[in-house]
Amino acid sequence: MLQAPIALTELEQDALTELANIGVSRAAANLRIMVGSEVLLSVPNVQIVTREQAAERIGDGKTDKLIAVHQAFEGALAGRALLIFPETHSLELVRAITGGGLPLEDIIGLEQEALAETGNIILNGCLAAIANMLQQTLKISLPEILSGSGSEIFALSGAPAGEAVVLFLYINFSVKDRNIGGYIAVLMDLPALTTLKILLGKLILQMTPKPNGPDAH
Amino acid sequence: MSYKILIVDDSKLARMSVAKLLTTLKPDWTRLEAANADDALKALADSQPDVVLLDFNMPGRDGLDIADELRRRHPGMPVAVISANIQVEIVNRASDAGAAFLPKPLTEQALAAFLRDAEQRLAAA
Repeated sequence: MLQAPIALTELEQDALTELANIGVSRAAANLRIMVGSEVLLSVPNVQIVTREQAAERIGDGKTDKLIAVHQAFEGALAGRALLIFPETHSLELVRAITGGGLPLEDIIGLEQEALAETGNIILNGCLAAIANMLQQTLKISLPEILSGSGSEIFALSGAPAGEAVVLFLYINFSVKDRNIGGYIAVLMDLPALTTLKILLGKLILQMTPKPNGPDAH
Repeated sequence: MSYKILIVDDSKLARMSVAKLLTTLKPDWTRLEAANADDALKALADSQPDVVLLDFNMPGRDGLDIADELRRRHPGMPVAVISANIQVEIVNRASDAGAAFLPKPLTEQALAAFLRDAEQRLAAA
C-alpha cells in the first residue's frame, strides 16, 4: 500500500516542470559545448511514482544494461540526480567529448573519469539552475558511476529503504547525428516535498502578479 | 502607442511571470496568452497581435516552428523566442526565423530591450 503523498497543486506542478525545463536546458547547453553537437531535449515529465515505476521508466521497459552518473544533493531539498544512458552509448559519449582523435584503448581508459566529469558538469548545471531559481543552496556530492538495470541503478543510488514513493522528474536527451541518448532524472525524497511546496509557493508569488496589488491587470 | 502582445508558453507560471514584467514595462499594452501552437495561431488570426513572445520547449510544435511560420505569414512582426536552452543551434535558428532570442529566466532588462526594439520597428512600419 502506497503512503499518500502530499499532492502538488496544478500551478506548483507547472512551476516544478518549468524549473526542470530551465535546469535541464542549461545542462544541455553545457553538454553541447562538450560534445560539439546539438543536444535535443524532450519536454520534462514530473510525477509522483513508486520506486518500482521510477526504475521501470529509467529502464524504458528494456533490459539493456545502463550506465548512470549519480550525484546526491541535500539542503532545503534532498534527493538524487542521475545522468543515465545505455551502456552501449557510453564509449560514444566519451569519444564525442574527447574529440574523436584518441585510439579505442585510450577512450576505454578514460571512460570512468570522462563520464564522471561529464555527469558532474551536466548535473551541477541542472541542479544549480534549480537552486538559484528557488534561492536555495544545495550541497551536491561528488559524482559516482553506477551500472546495471534501471531498478539496480535506482537501488544503488541510495533511495531510503522505507520510501514507497518519490517525486520523479525526467527528461530524454539525445545528441544530434550521434548514437548518444539517455535521461536526466531527479528523484526527490518525499520528506522534502513539504519543503518543496513551500519553496514553489514562494517562487510562484515572486513570479506572478499580486491579485489585488499594483501588478493586477 | 499601445500595442497588443501575445505570450505563448505551455507553462502557466511562465506566462504569469512574463505578464508581471509586462505590467511593469508596458502597462497600457494588451496582453494575450496561448498555451500551445494551435491556440497561438488561432489568437494570431482572431486578435492580430503586434508582438509575439514564444517559449521554445513546448509539447507538439515548438516555439521555433511557430517563429518560422510567423515569418512566412507576418514578415515584419517583432517576435522573440524565450528559452534557457542557450545552445548555439537554438539561438541561430531563432535568428534565421527573424526572431530575437531571450534567455530564461527572463529578466526585466532583457525584455525591455526587446520591447524597445519592437516599438521602433512597429513605429517605422
